[in-house]
Amino acid sequence: MQSETPKKQKPFPTHIIVFLAPAVIVYTIFMIIPLADSLRLSFLAADTGQFVGLQNYRTLLTDNLWSDQFWNAFRNNVQFFLIHMVVQNSIALFLAALLSRRSLRGTSVYRTVFFMPTVLSVVIIGFIWQLILSPLWGITEGFMGFFGLEHYFQPWLGLESTALNTISLISVWQFIGIPLLLFYAALISIPDELIEAAYVDGATSWTVFWRIKFPLILPTVGIVAILTFVGNFNAFDLIYTIKGALAGPNFASDIMGTMFFRTFFGQQLQLGNAAMGATVAAMMLLIILAGVIVYLVGWQRRITTYEV
Amino acid sequence: MNFRYRLTESILPHIALLLYAALALFPIILIVMNSFKTRKAIFGEPLAFPNAETFSLEGYLTVWERAGFPLYFRNSLIVTVVSITLILLFGAMAAFALSEYKFRGNTFMGLYLALGIMIPIRLGTVGILRLVSALGLVNNLLSLILVYVAMGLPLTIFVLTSFMSQVPREMKEAARVDGASEYRIFGLVLPLVRPAVATVAVFVMIPIWNDLWFPLILAPGESTKTVTLGVQQFLGQFVSDWNAVLSSLTLAMIPILILYIIFSRQLIRGISAGAVRG
Repeated sequence: MQSETPKKQKPFPTHIIVFLAPAVIVYTIFMIIPLADSLRLSFLAADTGQFVGLQNYRTLLTDNLWSDQFWNAFRNNVQFFLIHMVVQNSIALFLAALLSRRSLRGTSVYRTVFFMPTVLSVVIIGFIWQLILSPLWGITEGFMGFFGLEHYFQPWLGLESTALNTISLISVWQFIGIPLLLFYAALISIPDELIEAAYVDGATSWTVFWRIKFPLILPTVGIVAILTFVGNFNAFDLIYTIKGALAGPNFASDIMGTMFFRTFFGQQLQLGNAAMGATVAAMMLLIILAGVIVYLVGWQRRITTYEV
Repeated sequence: MNFRYRLTESILPHIALLLYAALALFPIILIVMNSFKTRKAIFGEPLAFPNAETFSLEGYLTVWERAGFPLYFRNSLIVTVVSITLILLFGAMAAFALSEYKFRGNTFMGLYLALGIMIPIRLGTVGILRLVSALGLVNNLLSLILVYVAMGLPLTIFVLTSFMSQVPREMKEAARVDGASEYRIFGLVLPLVRPAVATVAVFVMIPIWNDLWFPLILAPGESTKTVTLGVQQFLGQFVSDWNAVLSSLTLAMIPILILYIIFSRQLIRGISAGAVRG
């Protein structure tokens, strides 16, 4: 195939189309069009397929049959997200701060180990922790017994009051590797001179971290926050694996993803409903977009980025 | 003084890191270890390593006889390998076009293709299922492959575009002077960004191999089940057979952990490079 000398001023020479076409076609057909189609469906009546405007949204948000479930899933999802933000990201920051110390040896082994749960399937993680926390096997109870705490053991995954928190912590345990590596990468890219200068001035490790390192890695803190947000409001697998589509007990661990699945496919007494499923998905999209916009406008533009 | 310095600079950090490493590893080791024990030993001494007396492979035998794991592995391999190949090829081509040529709509195209980084493809599931049924691709691995290609492209294009725009101009211009076609120049640039391609490959591969959602919805049939879905359903049926549960968990973990350990340096370096850039 002989191609002519490129003329860049000409709009769309063939080779550019050839390079772009496969990606754009697959991406458009299997991602953009289905997303648009889902949005369109959310404006149609479930039974007749006629345009009903925002009726489905009104039903979802105000009709008791739906709204109780929706707001419950939303509240649970917020809680799920907050636990990740507070527990996952602060432990990750702490571990990354330790790992990024230059005096420390063997850090690559720690990094490999800390990221290990992250590469495993959520299905595997869900079952592993179900076994470990199972009163039947008694591992956790036995372990707590070493410290004389066996009386505090409860079937945490089965109780309405603790199921969601327990699942959130399992998810934290699995995904902590991602924020940890991002924080770590940001911390090791801070130039040595800056830190040494501070130590020479008599600063302690603590002040060096909070006064120098932390402000410098603020852009990464923002990235971690938005990644956590998007990931959490799109979560499904772990709760489905541990609790099934009904996200029990009594919907105590129901989040947006499991509600979406249940609404779309139906479960036990509930028939699948594509239009309402699409409406739940559209609400998830709105929530995620809101988060992304807050990040882009409220955070990324306002924080000072230091050139290092 | 010296001891105090070593305590705060080295000993205490190591203790904290070791504790967390134990927390990260303990569950995995516990499962693997107990999968090689008799049922009695699993419950009797869960924390002990298997010994001559408690060693047993009965769980693995059950898994071998009852579950279609070889088939599930084959399906997962086909889906993952074909998806990754197409993602890298199409993604590198698009990234080359975006980084190499100034054309009308370049910025728009870049943003359009980047949308999928923030918007999870899962939210379009209702539309995807309608499309896949219309195409007659339900319970066909091709439907999974096409969806995963669409899912993996945005990040791949985004990362490769930034790497490709760093390839020096002179080399490409020299090739052009020698009369090389644009396709030939793409062929010259590709090997230069190989490390980035490898990193992206690992990153995109993990969620595809581990995905439960799309296999559950698009290809739940027995002949098209992937490992992740197969394990999920097998575990559901055999909850009370602890030997089988532990063995199937171990079998599902080992391949991905081996791959991870081989590629972990690449992966971790990739995240570091990406974050420094970002």
